[in-house]
Amino acid sequence: MIRQTVVPFERREFLKLSVAASGGLLIGFQFPGIGKLASAEESKTFMPNAFVRIGTDERITVIVNHSEMGQGVYTSLPMLLADELDADWSKVGFESAPVDPKYNHPAFGIQMTGGSSSVWSGLQQFRQAGAAARAMLIAAAAQQWNVEASTCRTDSGAVFNPTGAKLSYGLLASAAAQLTPPEHVELKDPKNFKLIGKPIKRLDTPEKLNGKAEFGIDVKLPGMVTAVIARPPIFGATLISFDDSRARSMPGVRKIAAVPTGIAVIADTFWQANMARDAVRIEWDEGSMRDFDTARMMEEFRERAKTPGTTVRKDGDAEAALSSAAKKIEAVYEVPYLSHLMMEPLNCVVDLRPDSCVLWTGTQFQTIDRANAAKTAGLPPEKVQIHTTFLGGGFGRRANPHSDFVIEAVQVAKVAGAPVKVMWTREDDMNGGYYRPAFLHAIAGGIDGSGSVVSWRSRLVGQSIMAGTPFADMMMKGKGYDPASVEGVDDLPYAIPNIAVESHQAEIGVPVQWWRSVGHSHTAFAVESFVDELAAVAHKDPYQFRRQMLQKQPRHLGVLDMAAQKAGWDKPLPKGMGRGIAVHFAFGSYSAHVAEVSVTDNKVRVHRMVCAIDCGEYVNPNIIAAQTEGGAIFGLSAALFEELTFEKGRLQQTNFHTFPVLRMNECPEIETHIVESKEKAGGIGEPGVPCAAPAIANAIFAATGKRVRRLPIRLSEAV
Amino acid sequence: MIGFSVNGRRVDLDVDPSTPLLWVIREQLGLTGTKFGCGMAQCGACTVHINGEAVRSCVTLVSQATGQSVTTIEGLSPDLTHPLQRAWVEEDVPQCGYCQSGQLMSAAALLRDHPHPMDDDIDAAMTGNICRCGTYPRIRRAIHRAADMMAKGGAR
Repeated sequence: MIRQTVVPFERREFLKLSVAASGGLLIGFQFPGIGKLASAEESKTFMPNAFVRIGTDERITVIVNHSEMGQGVYTSLPMLLADELDADWSKVGFESAPVDPKYNHPAFGIQMTGGSSSVWSGLQQFRQAGAAARAMLIAAAAQQWNVEASTCRTDSGAVFNPTGAKLSYGLLASAAAQLTPPEHVELKDPKNFKLIGKPIKRLDTPEKLNGKAEFGIDVKLPGMVTAVIARPPIFGATLISFDDSRARSMPGVRKIAAVPTGIAVIADTFWQANMARDAVRIEWDEGSMRDFDTARMMEEFRERAKTPGTTVRKDGDAEAALSSAAKKIEAVYEVPYLSHLMMEPLNCVVDLRPDSCVLWTGTQFQTIDRANAAKTAGLPPEKVQIHTTFLGGGFGRRANPHSDFVIEAVQVAKVAGAPVKVMWTREDDMNGGYYRPAFLHAIAGGIDGSGSVVSWRSRLVGQSIMAGTPFADMMMKGKGYDPASVEGVDDLPYAIPNIAVESHQAEIGVPVQWWRSVGHSHTAFAVESFVDELAAVAHKDPYQFRRQMLQKQPRHLGVLDMAAQKAGWDKPLPKGMGRGIAVHFAFGSYSAHVAEVSVTDNKVRVHRMVCAIDCGEYVNPNIIAAQTEGGAIFGLSAALFEELTFEKGRLQQTNFHTFPVLRMNECPEIETHIVESKEKAGGIGEPGVPCAAPAIANAIFAATGKRVRRLPIRLSEAV
Repeated sequence: MIGFSVNGRRVDLDVDPSTPLLWVIREQLGLTGTKFGCGMAQCGACTVHINGEAVRSCVTLVSQATGQSVTTIEGLSPDLTHPLQRAWVEEDVPQCGYCQSGQLMSAAALLRDHPHPMDDDIDAAMTGNICRCGTYPRIRRAIHRAADMMAKGGAR
């Protein structure tokens, strides 16, 4: 639940209002250091420039500065605003924000969606916007009635006075727009919330059931052509020559041209472009990655893990404690490269004119994409606008630090001579790089005579996500390692006196990127699997073993206990079945899963996942449950099936038949239990992912006595 | 010219007969509710009905639709009143929503053949439809709910 807060406006100009061109009330915020708020006059030009628009038709439009990729921000953020506004929820709609510094992420300073941060970062922003609008509507009503504003109240989209007279927000909108904004807004006492904390249904559901929701791939402009790109088969390969003599004369083909990322084939329709691309003969210089092989890479990782890496964390003396421990065990865990594989493959529509560039795309990275599009187009950023459509999944892929799919589309637009949609096929998308990096964790642990863990040493080997991006300086400066590689093990929560965490950064020419839950996607698997191994060596129950070492971590304990209790941890299971448990902190939230699996003929079947989540103050428990379920399934899918491999530099997977993902018939029952908390709000988009793999792997051990140390799970490899 | 009906409307198109139906629906007819996900009948995002049967339009040539009756998500109901659409709202199924047109069209064909589907029937009918957001548990519940609605007189 959300606490009550009174927010002083430190500067008068923090809040301004302006009359929208449509004749409604617009509330805008200016955040310190972000530049001048548009004046009323400018707002007509740069509309919309704020978070809420109230129409004389009673419609309340919440302008959302985060991208809707399934995580529910087009519902949860409007809920915050509408609750403070006392809006009639049935009149509330949403709109995606244009790119503008006013819509920058309050914590991260750019307009973006990621890091499971939309709700916690928008809490104050959206509540304040709603409360301020409400105060002005009350003032407008009080003026009309000639009564004190303090005697008026609001409910369900209207202001009421003590005599019971009523004025709806729509009727008040024009008058309110003439008023001076309040010095302070007082936020609601949480006990008066009507929407926040309730399982409100999503606003974007209806249009996702009748084909009306517009994704990037659905955008169509007058005169638009469609392009596909023939990209190199190996990362770093370069073009030697191409022969398009046959392709050029194929139906619908407009143009075939080399662009920096490959050969662009531009035609009237996608299918024509796609057919023509197959007819282009291309000779590539395969470059230095021509012999790249993931099996060999993992061997090299294994060798490297035998040597000390850059120190990430050092508590006590892990080496000495390992040497003197009564029992010492070591294990090596490996995870592969993974594709995000959003259901909507990448695409971007560009309308490039001499003095403007307008893009339509499902992006998570508006500020970065606009800057990169502007640079590519040779225009100042303010001449570039991005319409953020619905995203057919994101999972991090659409937040590309290099704006790969956007820059390429602008490059194609420069040769297309018409508005152009650049489409990626599934094969293009899978082969396009920016994967979750493969990682290896070598862990050693020592136990004393009483079964207590006295030493833990983790060595990680893998590629840095931040290196080479605009964020490298900020994230890695002075560290010698990438925090995104080690998150989830650098903060090992267990009470162990001697801990060493070391990182080896691998330099490999495979582009990598954040993939839903980033480093936690592999650190939780390694850490929580190894905790289980230690429990077995200590002859202790894996749940109780964790409890003992988490006595000073109440929120870890809270989710651990909840998951164990709801799963019936102590209830016996039939032979061949097993339960596994895992707990993890990520993105400000605590998560624990219990998995129930059966193993028959070396085949794993996950029957049930019980998830407990403590994400602090929350807005919509229905969305919390959906994200936790979805996160668990995302983690489960990776654990059971997903793997990208390279041989002779070439990706061996092309589409869903060679990169299987979890399907309906493999999906277990999933329960989500929220641990009520008054703590600061955490994230929810990603925290459901990390525990899935270790909970399943640990359940397999419980069922079979075999350890899974490599993902995806192959029982033939278990030891 | 290739002629067929789409959502009850007759269309005659001058189009390469080897073009997949998906791209004709999306690009020529402008019905973009039907989605592209894989191009090889692996993910189900492009599912439409031909004469009531669920087909993957990404691997169905437009010529195969000649003279047939094609239904897309836009034709499932005129106003979101199909029991599946109502059940999808009740269970708040969609996340990103991209796969949901295909999920609904597969589910509609399932309910036509199995008005009271068991979980195994749902597995058999829905396993060809991938969802990366992980809405499967809600889809399952929504199909059962829609079947109940239809049994109680919501049938169409």
